[in-house]
Formats: sequence, structure tokens, C-alpha cells
Amino acid sequence: MRDANLSGMNEQETDVIQGTLDMLILKTLSLEPMHGFGIARRVEQISRGVFKVNPGSLLTALQRLQRAGWLDAEWRQTPNSRRAKFYTLTRGGKKQLEIETADWTRRATAIARLLKAEG
Amino acid sequence: MSLWRQLRQGLRGLLNGAVVDRDVADEVQQYLEEAAAAGMARGLSSDEAQRAARLEMGNMTVVREQVRSYGWENAIATMAADLRYAARQLRSNSGFTIVSTLTLALGIGASTAIFSAVNPILFEPLPYPHASRIVMIWNTYRGARSEVAFGTYRELKERIRSLDTLALFEPWQPAITGAASPERLEGQAVSASFFGVLGIAPLLGRDFQTSEEEFRGPKVVILSDRLWQRRFHGDRTIVGRQVKLDDDNYTVIGILPPAFENVLSPAAEIWTPLQYDDRQLATNFDSWGWGNHLRMTGRLKPGVSIAQSARELDQIARTPWKEFPRPRWASLQNGLTVDSLQDDMAQTVKPALLAVLGAVILVLAIACVNVTNLLLARGAQRRGEFATRAALGASRPRILRQLVTESLLLASLGGALGLGVAVAGVRALIALSPPGLPRLDAIAVDHVVFGFALGITTLIGLALGLIPALHVSRDDLLVGLQQVSRRTAGSRSSTRSALVITEVALALILLIGAGLLLRSMQRLLAIDPGFVTAHLLSLQVQSSGHQFDDLPSAPGAGSRARRRFFEQALKGVRRVPGVEQAAFTSLLPLSDDPPVTGVYGAHFENDDPRGGHSVFRYAVSPGYCQTMGIPLRSGRFLDERDSGSAPPAALISESLARRQFPGQDPIGKRVHVGPTDRPWYSVVGVVGDVKQTSLAINEPDAVYLSTEQTWFADEALSFVVRGRGDVAALASAVKSGVWSVDRDQPIVRIVTMDQLLAVSEAERHFVLTLFEAFGLVALALAAVGIYSVLSGSVTERTREIGVRAALGASRASILALILGQGMRLTSLGIVIGLCGAVAASQTLITLVFGISELDPITYLGVIGLFGIVSGMACWAPAWRAARVDPSVTLRAE
Repeated sequence: MRDANLSGMNEQETDVIQGTLDMLILKTLSLEPMHGFGIARRVEQISRGVFKVNPGSLLTALQRLQRAGWLDAEWRQTPNSRRAKFYTLTRGGKKQLEIETADWTRRATAIARLLKAEG
Repeated sequence: MSLWRQLRQGLRGLLNGAVVDRDVADEVQQYLEEAAAAGMARGLSSDEAQRAARLEMGNMTVVREQVRSYGWENAIATMAADLRYAARQLRSNSGFTIVSTLTLALGIGASTAIFSAVNPILFEPLPYPHASRIVMIWNTYRGARSEVAFGTYRELKERIRSLDTLALFEPWQPAITGAASPERLEGQAVSASFFGVLGIAPLLGRDFQTSEEEFRGPKVVILSDRLWQRRFHGDRTIVGRQVKLDDDNYTVIGILPPAFENVLSPAAEIWTPLQYDDRQLATNFDSWGWGNHLRMTGRLKPGVSIAQSARELDQIARTPWKEFPRPRWASLQNGLTVDSLQDDMAQTVKPALLAVLGAVILVLAIACVNVTNLLLARGAQRRGEFATRAALGASRPRILRQLVTESLLLASLGGALGLGVAVAGVRALIALSPPGLPRLDAIAVDHVVFGFALGITTLIGLALGLIPALHVSRDDLLVGLQQVSRRTAGSRSSTRSALVITEVALALILLIGAGLLLRSMQRLLAIDPGFVTAHLLSLQVQSSGHQFDDLPSAPGAGSRARRRFFEQALKGVRRVPGVEQAAFTSLLPLSDDPPVTGVYGAHFENDDPRGGHSVFRYAVSPGYCQTMGIPLRSGRFLDERDSGSAPPAALISESLARRQFPGQDPIGKRVHVGPTDRPWYSVVGVVGDVKQTSLAINEPDAVYLSTEQTWFADEALSFVVRGRGDVAALASAVKSGVWSVDRDQPIVRIVTMDQLLAVSEAERHFVLTLFEAFGLVALALAAVGIYSVLSGSVTERTREIGVRAALGASRASILALILGQGMRLTSLGIVIGLCGAVAASQTLITLVFGISELDPITYLGVIGLFGIVSGMACWAPAWRAARVDPSVTLRAE
């Protein structure tokens, strides 16, 4: 697998799998509070460029998660002294992350097992 | 928690829109800057980094919109904007708005008012627990329901399995005496299980017990809350105390809850147990227990259907047991009828109510059609607006939503005003209602009725919006932009024509109904009741008290006292200044005296012993026929000669005489009325026929006897008083005349015969009034509809008319062209309406009297009326068309 950062037109690059964006955001924020662009970049980096986050979808998802009470938002200074809206995981958010992770693992194992059986 | 957050943040978005907008914009901007900074950190130049970041982001406005549009509050914001726009539209077209709102208010208000009257009778469950299990059981006589005997009840009570409880009841009208003036109370004598069948328990005190049903058992009463408040001022200590009714002391054992509504006898205020001697039933068929004069109700066992119960009753009726011997008149050979209490109660008024309900639905439909028409006309003017919106990117659903919002707003305005109309309408309905209408107290604009109004308002709003909306989407929206001239009248005008035709047809159906009822009423009121109603006052006088009891120690003394009282009272009445003639009768024609109590068997000497006639028996004073104005056909009237000691004499009605003695002189023939073991009555005269129950019912067989010569003294007699001028003014003097003899005898029902005549036709009159009102509204709406369509069409065809005029068409021919267009619509509507009216008149069949339901005069009259009204509606637009100046219209484009 090539490094996605080297090429903007990478064909391996895909949009985030439907329904997993929330989980990815929660997971990313469980490490530390972050602003929107930070989250996008972290998702791309950790997935080694497999997942590309659409800014519109990301900001809307943040809006939704905040409304659901899983995130708190606050305008703060960035390390390079710009103002940015930082998101923090709430206790409800942590619980939600556990639920979604467990759910995802269960489904992923099931799919893996299916594929193996066919092979 | 989460819901609270949703609510709070949503409200913030709604109330603080600008702040939230800026917040979102800032965040999007900051994202872009971070992305650009990251690009530069990767070594891109500032410009390249900016470009890459923008490329990744896409259209910033779209992103902002996308983020901002999340949340429930945005749906509300859009709706609010739609509403604001709709309100502006309605305000700028105030003429349209006022006409449509008033039309809808009329339709919604009228149907809501009628619904509120019909709902408690036909649809709403009765106010009792598990009311659907309460049934009425009737004997069957000549195919109709009739009362049952106590003996039948006792047999059923032992044998029936499909019912939990069974109860009898009959009217009981005790006179209450004491400190206040004597009053005759409306009450019921009932089985101890009566309130159990209804599922009602007294609020204070206790219910009746079976031991209180025994013959000569304790005298106890239960009072209604109304009577308790009125007569005893809500004194709680009344329970256990005694009250004086008909000279006897009764112990009050219970007070019913104020909410108790007695649909079986709405006026009843006092109840006492029926006390029959059931030991006599098997041996003595002449005892009271075998009179068919009681009504019976029961409660089905849970899970048992009325059909199952009917089968069981049928089986019981067909298989008598020898321990329950039945006399001939209670043999149940025609079976028993069972029906739910609700159906039973609604039975007589149902056709009238359904007819009125149908009429009001027609009115509502016409109102809606009219408003749709107006909306379509406006839609034509707004074509350009919709095209512009479509061109600016509004999707079809978006435009549709706007249209529906507008029509919903319009319907809501109409609905709100309509509720006001409904409240006023309900008041008018109650004032107009015929005496036979059940559950009058339950008629009100309550939450159910409110829900109904809300429901139809919403439905109308949606329907009104969707019809023009379909038109919008059918047109190519972009074509609308290009179209500036009004040269063509397209599919829209054909839809509008169809609507007008519908309107005319519906209005015609209604008017034909109104016409049929009006003609029936005329026919009915033209019927001669058989006596002269004008200047005739009647009042019913009751004789109550122990002085009138026939005791074994002094046989006949009570009856003599009763006759003496009435004779003296009559003398007292005759002494009143202004009274020209006065008399009394046991049965007053056209009154609500239960006819069944006045019907007896008559057997003439030449009759087959098993045959005979059912006749009305009038026990009258001398001078009764003269006072009433009943004409003498032959022989003589009854007079003072026919005293208790004289040979018994009788008058018979002319129909009876003609049928019984065709071609013979009936004078001197002999007849038994009632018991056959008494001396014969000799027919001394023949008098004219009289309508007893109603003008519409022909039951002319009658026998008149002198009160002194009948076999029992009636407890209540109706006095009839003929005076000059306004006899109603004599009422109080006549009352004093009666009370000058005995202050303790209650007087009920003081009414002029003209009033009685009106009341006896009240139900028909009620329906007629409503049909007339609805018919006129419908006619007016239809005329408005014709006018607006024609006038719209003239506006659209101005250019064409101008061309015609320029080419030499005369004013008269243009006038004829437009008038012809209008009359074509009207005649099509009339033809369709006629078919509808023929079908609809079937529902009026029970209310039509004396004419065919296809009465040609009614049909022709209504068609003529329609022709005139629509001609008037067409005239104004046609006149305008005829005056079109070709030089102006042709230059205008």
C-alpha cells in the first residue's frame, strides 16, 4: 500500500464507510480534545489514508453528536495561537464509543468468519 | 437529558439564529485555514495550499448550509417562513380571503353543529359502563314493538340465560304535596334491578333491594340530583326521611349522582319499585300483572351477542312451559324483539338525523367546491410567480408545500370562525329540537366535537391545497414564465367548469329535499284534524289522594269522589269570565297521551265473538264534541241525560259507522267497549273522525262515552276550553277555577291546541327548517360559483370577445354567447343533480307525506328557481362582456 499523503489522486482512498463516521470521531476524540480539521487529519493518518473525511459530513456529524450529548464544544486557542472550536468527549460519549466499538467488532468478526468460510 | 439538550439547543438555533449562523461560518472558515496551514506545512506555497484546501472543501456556502440545516428547529423555521409568506398572500388578497373564510366557516360550522347533535345519539356510546351490553326487549304486535306484561317478565327472568339482569319500568307521575304548590313529578316505577342494568349506583344512600319489589312492600323512592337540589336544596339528611307523594309517605333511600343521564326517560326525577302480586299470575289473567304496559331492559352477559340473545328469546317465546301459563294477549306467538338500547333510542329519529347529516355534508361539499374554485382562479393569476420560483430552483414538492401551507392556513381561519358558528348553531339546534330528540342534554361543543371540527378543517386544508397544486405541476412551470398574454383558456377553466357543475348538482339535490319536505308540510297542515284548533286551550288535571281510592269497605266511593271532583272543577272552569265552552276528555287528540292507554276493544252486537275493533275510547263530559268543534253526522251528541243511572249511550266515529254498518243506520245499534260483561252501550250519534296521534296517521275508529257511564273513573282528564281571542291568556284564571275546588290537585300541560298541533309535527318541522336553511345557503354558494367562473372566463376571453366585436358581432350576440355558456353549465349541473336527487329522495321517504318522493311540482319548481338564480348570476359577467370595446382590448396587447 502506497502512502496516501504522497498522492492526492490515490485510487485506494475511499470515503468513510457508511455509519462508521460517528464511531471514528468518538474514537479520535477519546485520545484528546481536537478541532474539526484535527479530527479529519487524525482519521486519515491513523487509517493510513484509506479513509478520507468529507469536511461537510464531518462538521454536520459533529453538530449531531454534540446535540446527542456525546460531545462538548468550546472555542479555544490552538498551539499555533489561532482560535478553533475544540470538541471533547463527554461521559455519555465514552459509553457510546464502547457500545459502537463492541457492535462493530461483533459485525466485523461475523463478516470475517463468513468470508473465511467461503474461501 | 438528551431530549432536553435537543430542545434547548434547537430553541437556541431558532431564537438566536444569527449567532448560530456566525458560529457555523467561523468553524467552516477555521477548518479551511487549518487545512491551508497543513498544506503549507507539507511544503506547498500559500496559494497552492489555499487552493487545495478549497478544492477539498467544495462550495463553502453549501457546506455552511449543510451544517446549519441539521436539527428539528430548521423544519420549523421553514414552516414559519412558509406561514409568513402564506399570511402575506392572504392579506394582500383580502377579498378572496374574506369570501373563502366565510364560506368555509359556514360549511365547517354547520357540519360541526349537526355532528354535535347526531354524535351522542347515533355514534357515541351511552353514558353507562359497558353500554353496548344494555338491550331493550319488546313484545311484537302487528309487526311493531309493543310493551310487555309483568307475567312475561317473570317467565323470562326464570328462563333466560343470555342476560345477566332484566328490569321492567313504566312511567310514574306522583303528585308531591307539602309546603310548596302541588307538583306532578315525572318519575318511573322500576324493578329493583333497574339501576343495576344501567350500571349506576346512588351517590348517597342505597339502591333498591329485591324485598322492596314485593306486593304491598315498603314505599321507598330514589331521587335524582336535580329534584334533590330543587325541592330539598341538597339537604343530605333527606336520606332516610319521608316525603308525601299522592297522599302516601315514601321513605327516601337514595340520591343518584348528578352526572346520571337517563336515556330511558330523560325527564324522570324520582323512582319507586314496581310492586306486583306474582302469586295471582297463574290463576288470574285479569290481574294487573297481565297488562301489556311495561317496558323491559336487560344487560347481556359478557361475550354474548344480541343475535345470540335474540335466538334464545325466540326459542323461549315458541316453547311455553306449563308452570308459566300465558293468556292469549301475552302468548308471545309473534316472538320477542331485542335491540341494543342505543339503536332502540335512535330508532324513531334516525331517518330524520341521517337526512339532516346528509344535507349538511352536501353544504360542506359545496362550500369546499366553491373555495377550490376561488383558489383555482387565483392559481391562474399566480402562474408567473410559481414559474419564477421554479426557475430559482424551488423543487415541485417545495412549491406544493407552500400551496398546502396556504390552504391549511385558509382552512384554519375558516375552522376557527366555524367553531364560533358551531357554538351558535348548537344553541339554535337545541332551541329548535323536536321533543322526541333523545339525549338533548348531551348536545354540546365538547372535545369530541372539537376534534371533529379540527379533523375536517385539516382534511379540507389538505384537499384545497392539493387540487390547485396538481394543476401547477401539470403545467410546465417554465411555460408559465413565457406566457404573458391571456389568449388561451386551458384545462384550468375546464376543471373550474366541472366544479361549478358539481356545485349546481349538489345544491339541486338539497333544494329538492327541502322542496319535498316543504310540500309534505303543506299537505300535512292542510289536513283537517277533525276539530277546530283555533281559540282552544287544554289543560290536564290529575286527581290524586286517598279520597279517590276504591276501598273494599266502600265499593265505588272513590270513583264517585273522583267523578264529583272533575264535575265540580268543570263548573269552576265554566264560571271563569271569557270561557265560552268547556268540557273534558280522557284522551286529548294530538297530545302526547300514550295512545296505548286509550285503545280498547269494541264489539258490536253483530260482530263475530272473536272479532271486534281496536278503538280509541274517549270518556267525555257533555258538550265535549261541541267545545272541540267535532261535527255531528247523525243522531245526537251526548248530554246531561246520559247520567250514571240512564241507559248507557255512545257516539261512534263516522269511519267506524261506515265500515261496520254499510248502508244501514247505526243509530240504536249496541256495542261493548272494554269489558264484555257489562250492559250494552246504544249508539245514539255518529260524529266526524279525529286525528289522535298525529295528522299523518289515520286511525279514525273511535267511541265516545260519558264519564258517568264508563266502567272506571279516569285518574287524569284533559279539560278543553273555548274562548274568544287569545285563549292562552285564560290559563291562570282557568287554573284557579280548578283549584277553587281542591287546592291539592296538580295541573299539568297547559297548552293551546294550535301549539299542540305544531308540536305534533315538530320533528318534521325541525328537519324542514334545517333543509330550508341549508338549501338557501347552497343556492347562494352555487350562484356565487357560477358568477365567479363566468366572470373569470370573460376576463380570460376579453381579447377573443374584442375580436368578435371587431368582426361585427352585435352586443346581443355576445350577451347570448356568455349567457349560453353559463346556462350550459347550469343545465348540465341540473341534469346530474336530478339523478342524484332521485337517489337521495329515497332517504327522505319516511319524512315525505302526501306526495310522491318524485313529486313533479317540487322538481319543476326547484329547476325553475335554479334557472332564475343562475340567470341572475350569469347576467353581470355577460353584460360586462357585451360592453367590451374592441379598440381598447386589441390595442392592449
